[in-house]
Amino acid sequence: MIQARGLQKRYGSKRVLRGVDLDLPRGGFLVVSGPNGSGKTTLLRLCAGLALPSGGTLAIEPERGRIGYLGHESLLYRDLTALENLDLYGRLYRVPERRERIGMLLGRFGLWDARNERVSTFSRGMVQRLALCRAFLHDPDLLVLDEPFTALDGEGAELLDRELATLSGERTFLVATHDPHRLAPLASERLALA
Amino acid sequence: MTGYLADVATLARKDLRLELRARDTLPAMLLFVLSTFVVFHFALPQGSGENAAQGLLWVALVFTALLGLARSWAPEREGGVFDGLVLAPCDRSAIWLGKAAAVLVFLVAIEVVALPAFALFFEPLDGAAVAGVALANVGICAVGTMLAAMAAASRTRELILPLLFLPLAIPLVVGGVGSAISPEPGRYLLFLALYDAVFAIICWATFEYVVTE
Repeated sequence: MIQARGLQKRYGSKRVLRGVDLDLPRGGFLVVSGPNGSGKTTLLRLCAGLALPSGGTLAIEPERGRIGYLGHESLLYRDLTALENLDLYGRLYRVPERRERIGMLLGRFGLWDARNERVSTFSRGMVQRLALCRAFLHDPDLLVLDEPFTALDGEGAELLDRELATLSGERTFLVATHDPHRLAPLASERLALA
Repeated sequence: MTGYLADVATLARKDLRLELRARDTLPAMLLFVLSTFVVFHFALPQGSGENAAQGLLWVALVFTALLGLARSWAPEREGGVFDGLVLAPCDRSAIWLGKAAAVLVFLVAIEVVALPAFALFFEPLDGAAVAGVALANVGICAVGTMLAAMAAASRTRELILPLLFLPLAIPLVVGGVGSAISPEPGRYLLFLALYDAVFAIICWATFEYVVTE
């Protein structure tokens, strides 16, 4: 599903990724770990199609619309409500039975009661839950998740654990985390960036 | 094509909704254009004539549009929403067209107030002058939205946008003033229509490359 050979990325004179090789088959679960500044986010942005490599080769099987991406930022409009944000993305992603899917995700991530509140009024943890709903909304084939447990409370983290466990094997995951032990039971591949 | 237009409508509607909620852009544009007219009303010497007043109208309109354009991608900068839009499977030019349509609505809404105010402070506008404004709006929004998207990625966007936009807006000012004061406004209106068509096609076709990293 994703194959990289000698993948490099530079920002100006700064080399962020130096010759990364990876193979992630369909249904695989790759956990990327490494210290701050090791290039985890850059690698995920490359694999999501949000950045172009400076060198090496990168082949990504699913097309743009079949990738679900969770980044450091929420990718949500602060002055729209939770429902309006998901409805916007649902329309752009042509999600079938959009309203039902949105309602199901908001309920599953514990945001149904806050569906008509603006994102600007949400706590950081609620924003992260909504960002996860957005990433899962179109039932993507490849999920690229950058520090998905950030800001989640115990209940939110357990919800995400369950969601990942349910989908692992059916969907392909590329997850960057500072806590690889948490995802160890699900991981089929590991990549440690230095 | 239906799906493309639906995406454009979805994105433009979202911008109108955001503006109705936050009221970040329209009040600032309206205040700017009206205060500019007031200052010019007192700054312009008596008997300066129609030509000078038309020039002042276009100074006010271009800088008011610049104010709106500078804020046009602000909601997408916050929260990294631009990444979300770029990842969506819709044609990326729809992002540009939706934003340009929303900016056009803002600009027309301002002009609905600004043009009668201009007539009150200076002199009434004839049909050709209004047609010139309408045609120039399309060019301003097409080019300005594209350049604002390019500038939005930069930390010095407030500086870069005027530097990029104002030179490209000069033909629109020439066409707009010409359509208002020339005895043959048709030539200028045709020029504006041609500018709109050429630059709209260029922006539509190149937006994909602008947003790729």
